[in-house]
Amino acid sequence: MSANVHIQAEDFDVGDEIEALTAELPQTGAVATFVGLVRGGDDLTALTLEHYPGMTEREIARIAEEARRRWALTGITIIHRVGRLTVGERIVLVAVASAHRANAFEACEFLMDYLKTRAPFWKQEERGGTVQWVEHRAADVAAAERWRKP
Amino acid sequence: MNVLYFAWVRQKVGRGEETVEHTSALRTVGDLAALLAARGGGYGEAFGDMARLRAAVNQVHAGLDATLAPGDEIAFFPPVTGG
Repeated sequence: MSANVHIQAEDFDVGDEIEALTAELPQTGAVATFVGLVRGGDDLTALTLEHYPGMTEREIARIAEEARRRWALTGITIIHRVGRLTVGERIVLVAVASAHRANAFEACEFLMDYLKTRAPFWKQEERGGTVQWVEHRAADVAAAERWRKP
Repeated sequence: MNVLYFAWVRQKVGRGEETVEHTSALRTVGDLAALLAARGGGYGEAFGDMARLRAAVNQVHAGLDATLAPGDEIAFFPPVTGG
């Protein structure tokens, strides 16, 4: 099983992605998905996402490989958008297929926590007329840390 | 060596990419960061506090103590904020 990883400016259709993920995998009994959206509030109008081409794909592939080692999975799709996205737009999709739900739920959360702390993306926020880089959050680092095995 | 900059590091140094010759004085990522900081100006701002920066060597996350070789691709960037 290899993960489908896409970095793209275009939007994606969650239903189509689930169909594509499970089409050739009859042993799949569960699909867990996470969709991240541009959250409005505090005058936020848009985000612009920058990435490191090449390293982003490699880092996500490494994260997916780690998930595949830790949980019994049948498929993984990860799509991350780049460029300017307005409030309410989809940013990221993580879809994980497995025989039973526990592995799918856990691996999906693991993948998101690692994406947020390892994959080389950077967000800029537009609020009114000002543009500012987003600072990384200690809570995201802590969320990823809890998956470390003792 | 090819040196890449992303996000506010790119904005402060005013470019996304440049070539820096590998010399015996540039043993580690930290040595390269110190050389860039010493240029002053936007470089001084970007590399003044390495605690705010992260690095990668040949597209793999790396610490300041990671060693460099001719032909390496080194990137400097802020902590990531995707997802």
